[in-house]
Amino acid sequence: MSVHPKLQPVVNEIAVDLIGVNKWYGGFHVLRDIHLSVKRGEKIVICGPSGSGKSTMIRCVNRLEEHQQGQIIVDGVELTKDLKRIDEVRREVGMVFQQFNLFPHLTVLENCTLAPIWVRKMPQKQAEEIAMHYLSRVRIPEQAHKYPGQLSGGQQQRVAIARSLCMFPKIMMFDEPTSALDPEMVKEVLETMVELAHEGMTMMCVTHEMNFARQIADRIVFMDRGEIVEINTPEEFFSNPQHERTKIFLGQILH
Amino acid sequence: MSQSDPKLNINSSVRQNVFVRQESIAARQPPIPTRGVLAWINDNLFATPLSGFVTLACIALVALVVPDLIRYLFIDAIWSAEDGVPCRVEGTGACWAFVERKLSFFVYGSYPREMVWRVNLTLLMGALLVGWLLIPRLPAKRLASVLFFIAYPVAGYWLAYGFEGVLPKVSTNLWGGVFVSLLVALVGIVMSLPIGIVLALGRRSHMPIVKFVSIVLIEFVRGVPLITVLFMANTMLPLFVPQELTPDRLLRPLIGVSIFTGAYTAETIRAGLQAMPKGQFEGAMSLGLSYWQMMRLIILPQALTMVIPGIVNSFISLFKDTTLVAVVGIFDFLRAIEVARLDPVWAGPSLSTTGYVFAALFYWVFCYSMSRYSQNLEARLAVGRRR
Repeated sequence: MSVHPKLQPVVNEIAVDLIGVNKWYGGFHVLRDIHLSVKRGEKIVICGPSGSGKSTMIRCVNRLEEHQQGQIIVDGVELTKDLKRIDEVRREVGMVFQQFNLFPHLTVLENCTLAPIWVRKMPQKQAEEIAMHYLSRVRIPEQAHKYPGQLSGGQQQRVAIARSLCMFPKIMMFDEPTSALDPEMVKEVLETMVELAHEGMTMMCVTHEMNFARQIADRIVFMDRGEIVEINTPEEFFSNPQHERTKIFLGQILH
Repeated sequence: MSQSDPKLNINSSVRQNVFVRQESIAARQPPIPTRGVLAWINDNLFATPLSGFVTLACIALVALVVPDLIRYLFIDAIWSAEDGVPCRVEGTGACWAFVERKLSFFVYGSYPREMVWRVNLTLLMGALLVGWLLIPRLPAKRLASVLFFIAYPVAGYWLAYGFEGVLPKVSTNLWGGVFVSLLVALVGIVMSLPIGIVLALGRRSHMPIVKFVSIVLIEFVRGVPLITVLFMANTMLPLFVPQELTPDRLLRPLIGVSIFTGAYTAETIRAGLQAMPKGQFEGAMSLGLSYWQMMRLIILPQALTMVIPGIVNSFISLFKDTTLVAVVGIFDFLRAIEVARLDPVWAGPSLSTTGYVFAALFYWVFCYSMSRYSQNLEARLAVGRRR
């Protein structure tokens, strides 16, 4: 289907660039000298123990959190206090949350068309066509006229993915997308994400799903106590972890 | 544990440890409750000795009060009379004839009698538009909103106040009664919601000056009685504007009432905003919605739905507080009753009671309607929207 607008010409090879990023909550140093460049089309999986700053890091990329030092450049736009730039970045960066964050007072279809209509100024009819296209892709077109509260967790998360895709994001971020799901629903969400990865989307995923990481990641970033401890290919990361803390972490989660 | 059922083919020695179901259990209807009226009375009215005592006490109270009330309000009441003489007879009940004869005074105040059609038309237009807006089945709500919020105030003003060369002017000094009470209530309700929303958002704003101004306004207005606000609106508003722009004497309490109710509504709405999960803000922001889009499309629709009971509570309270505008010389419905009961033609022992019962009925009908409508609205908005 050709609902996607003209493919943007490749301006930057680097989709997301974090350069020396530091962040504090009060006196607590949550992000410490983060350096990470994500190439266009690359899939990065971020893992690490809870409280290690993984979510905070990706939330800085679309400015849900503010960093205090360093530079974050998303698709050539540096994030500053300038609200215009923040909105510009948010339009291009899709985000899927642990708790879905669907809008419960709107139908599934309205959830998907809201941002295209109001932010992209798209005609309603076109927005609905695009929404139905993506809802079909996540295999729930028949739920379009229901409210989110009537759907299962897995279905809600797939709606959330479709909602993000309707904005034609250049980068997709996932913040523990399967952590709030019942076990039998994890698979349907991961399958959707794998398909997305195979289509060449630039992705940053915070997740504990190590099989998923092995399957799609180009690189795995391991974080602990606010710093990046190790960045490695999945093969090396799982079979031959370098850092002591990586070994301990993998020992705890792989059994 | 019950005995094993032979139909299920369960070996009782196996039941404790290992079990594999052979046939699945078909869904059955729930057992039909076999309870009659007597059982209901027993369960709900006389379940315990205390409950039985309370029931009997309530019945006794009703038996004590209701017959006298019915006798006073209906049986012994005077339904028609030329003047107050029949009502003054010892032992008569409510003097409804008085209400009937004074009805036009109650509704229109001193508005010139030959021109009350203008008031009637204004009230009728208002009632039709409010009905159009509030009844969900009726279509074209957008058109109804434009008519009600923009066209109606202008048309109503021209109609009731007069329009140079077309309709003679009727000074607001002559306006009164139910007409003025409804006017104050309607303007207060319609204006307090936007004022409340702006103040609530202002109070949660990150901009220090906006936040400060909102807090000062809310806390100041909430910190003084409505009467004070009305007096201030009456005496201070004219000081702030040039002589020729001095607001009309009826407009001043309208402004006062709107700001007063707005401050209360603001706090109710703020409660709703605070109850919104952080994820709703983040979901909206991550899609690139601007602050105002996020508030208008995502946050406020949900927050306002959540606080409908609180908002309607302040509307009901505003409706009854409209009686206070009398202290700044506005001739509202209650004031009309006050004046009418002193009319020497009618004066009598039962007039005050009759007038006040009538007033109570009027206020109760409107307030109870608002309450019912809000319950209906809540139920309607709740359908299918629960997380």
